[in-house]
Amino acid sequence: MLNENVIEVEGLTKYYGDVLAVDHLSFSIKKGETFGFLGPNGAGKTTTIRMLTGISKPSEGTANIIGYDLLEHSLEIKRRIGVAPEESNLYDDLTAIDNLIFMAQLYGVPRKERVKRAEELLKMFNLYEKRNTLFRKLSKGMKRITTVAAALVHRPEIVFLDEPTAGLDVVAARGLRSLLRRLRDLGVTIFLTTHYLEEADTLCDRVAIIVKGKIVKIGTPEELKRVVSKGTIVEFIFKNGNEEILRKFEKEIEGVKIAIMNGNSIRAYGEETGDICKKVLGMAENLGLKVESVKSITPTLEDAFLELTGLSPVVMAMEKEGRKKVEE
Amino acid sequence: MKNSLRCIFYIILKDMRTYYLKPPALSWGILFPIVWTLAFYLRHPQGFVQLVPGMIAMTSLFSTTAAEAVVLTFELRVGSLERLLLAPVTPGTIFLSKLFGGFLFGFLMSIVVTLGSAAVLGLHLNIPLYLSSLIPSLLAFASLGAFLCVTVKEVFEAQTLLNIPRFIMIFVSGVITPISSLPYYLRPLAYLMPLTYSVDGIRYSTFGKGFIGLNFWLEILILLAFSFLFIIPGRIMLSRKFE
Repeated sequence: MLNENVIEVEGLTKYYGDVLAVDHLSFSIKKGETFGFLGPNGAGKTTTIRMLTGISKPSEGTANIIGYDLLEHSLEIKRRIGVAPEESNLYDDLTAIDNLIFMAQLYGVPRKERVKRAEELLKMFNLYEKRNTLFRKLSKGMKRITTVAAALVHRPEIVFLDEPTAGLDVVAARGLRSLLRRLRDLGVTIFLTTHYLEEADTLCDRVAIIVKGKIVKIGTPEELKRVVSKGTIVEFIFKNGNEEILRKFEKEIEGVKIAIMNGNSIRAYGEETGDICKKVLGMAENLGLKVESVKSITPTLEDAFLELTGLSPVVMAMEKEGRKKVEE
Repeated sequence: MKNSLRCIFYIILKDMRTYYLKPPALSWGILFPIVWTLAFYLRHPQGFVQLVPGMIAMTSLFSTTAAEAVVLTFELRVGSLERLLLAPVTPGTIFLSKLFGGFLFGFLMSIVVTLGSAAVLGLHLNIPLYLSSLIPSLLAFASLGAFLCVTVKEVFEAQTLLNIPRFIMIFVSGVITPISSLPYYLRPLAYLMPLTYSVDGIRYSTFGKGFIGLNFWLEILILLAFSFLFIIPGRIMLSRKFE
């Protein structure tokens, strides 16, 4: 990785009417870096991407991308970046390969190169067999992957990926992540928004956590995890739990922060293991819950996210998936 | 400039492939003008020749605006227009590409109706004058269509909104009856409608004289002025959609 900054953001702000969507963001991204932008729904991730990719004008602040000022040279910037938006919005009535060729035409890829590059990308993304299938007839995962491929057809220096794996099945998501690693190895700078913290942990060199339009913490995943390593995390799994009962832990236990992981497990964050166990097990007994296992946890990015934002990563993911389903 | 022209060219090609045969373009842009023309022909075949300029102008109006509703509103609704903005293209270039997408569809339809009418009725058009009138007419109608289509979210809303000026123009712009036969209080309205100058220009190229008594080239200038009147706010409104 080189030390040259390819993205420098200074005081980037966006108002929609009186609503402050993005609040004076400042950060920089180095060449070849994979940078993760994490946050719950409505945190301002997509708005930030829309501003950095020239779709939406910032209300205040600016950014310098690959040496070009965002406000003055947005077309030059667009030529050098690729964007896969959150929605797979390629053309339903064009085939997978024709969509890629159309994008190559818009970006001014030389005529002789267009088909070759489109075919290369479809092979790389394991979609070559589907090259002549209409976009609307592709599966959701294939649409997503084709949308990412379309962002790469002009060989951009920076790729912006807005929730690239959202809604994909496990196999498709794993395949896409492996492709993102290959891109990183090729020296492409990646700006990635995601609500999958594990994805950010494994893919990103650095991560920014954004809540209500503001960056609350920025650093490598390891640096962020160290935020919580001062304390202790204990995971409790119950045999007969449910979300309603587990919510009582959140509300009623004092001095210990509780995160509900799923219907029968919680994570407790506190100063000392003994104190955490005493409080949680005492309450579990009162609630008639049977304990299946208790274990001490090494902090993950999820724990750091919880510590920094107070938001449960699981609830955040469920909200995101729920929103996607409603939109579909 | 070269980049913009390239993008306009490829966006139009893509729109021709993907949208020209969509149901709203077919029904309002092709079927309606054909049915309307046939209805008038069957009612009064002998006098139909006098209606031909109006039918050609009306076809250009309906086909351009119907195509705008599809290429612009449909893409706005499904988010594909934003996909275009991700490429090195300005909102102004996208607006123009959509405008010319409708223009081209209207041009093809108008040529088909003109050739059909000329063949059946033995008309001899002055081709340079005909094209001099048709091209600014299509530009004015495509601009009107694009301007109105940017203001709505759904294709059916666009078609409904477009029907307001379309139907007013059919009745006051000299398509069916000369403007001089209109009640006196409707005549000023006729002069505010681009279709009036389109019908009159095509009539001039067909019969050597118009109905409204204005200089042919002045009518062309008025049609171009209408185009700018719609292009500028339409382009601004499209940019605002993405703020």
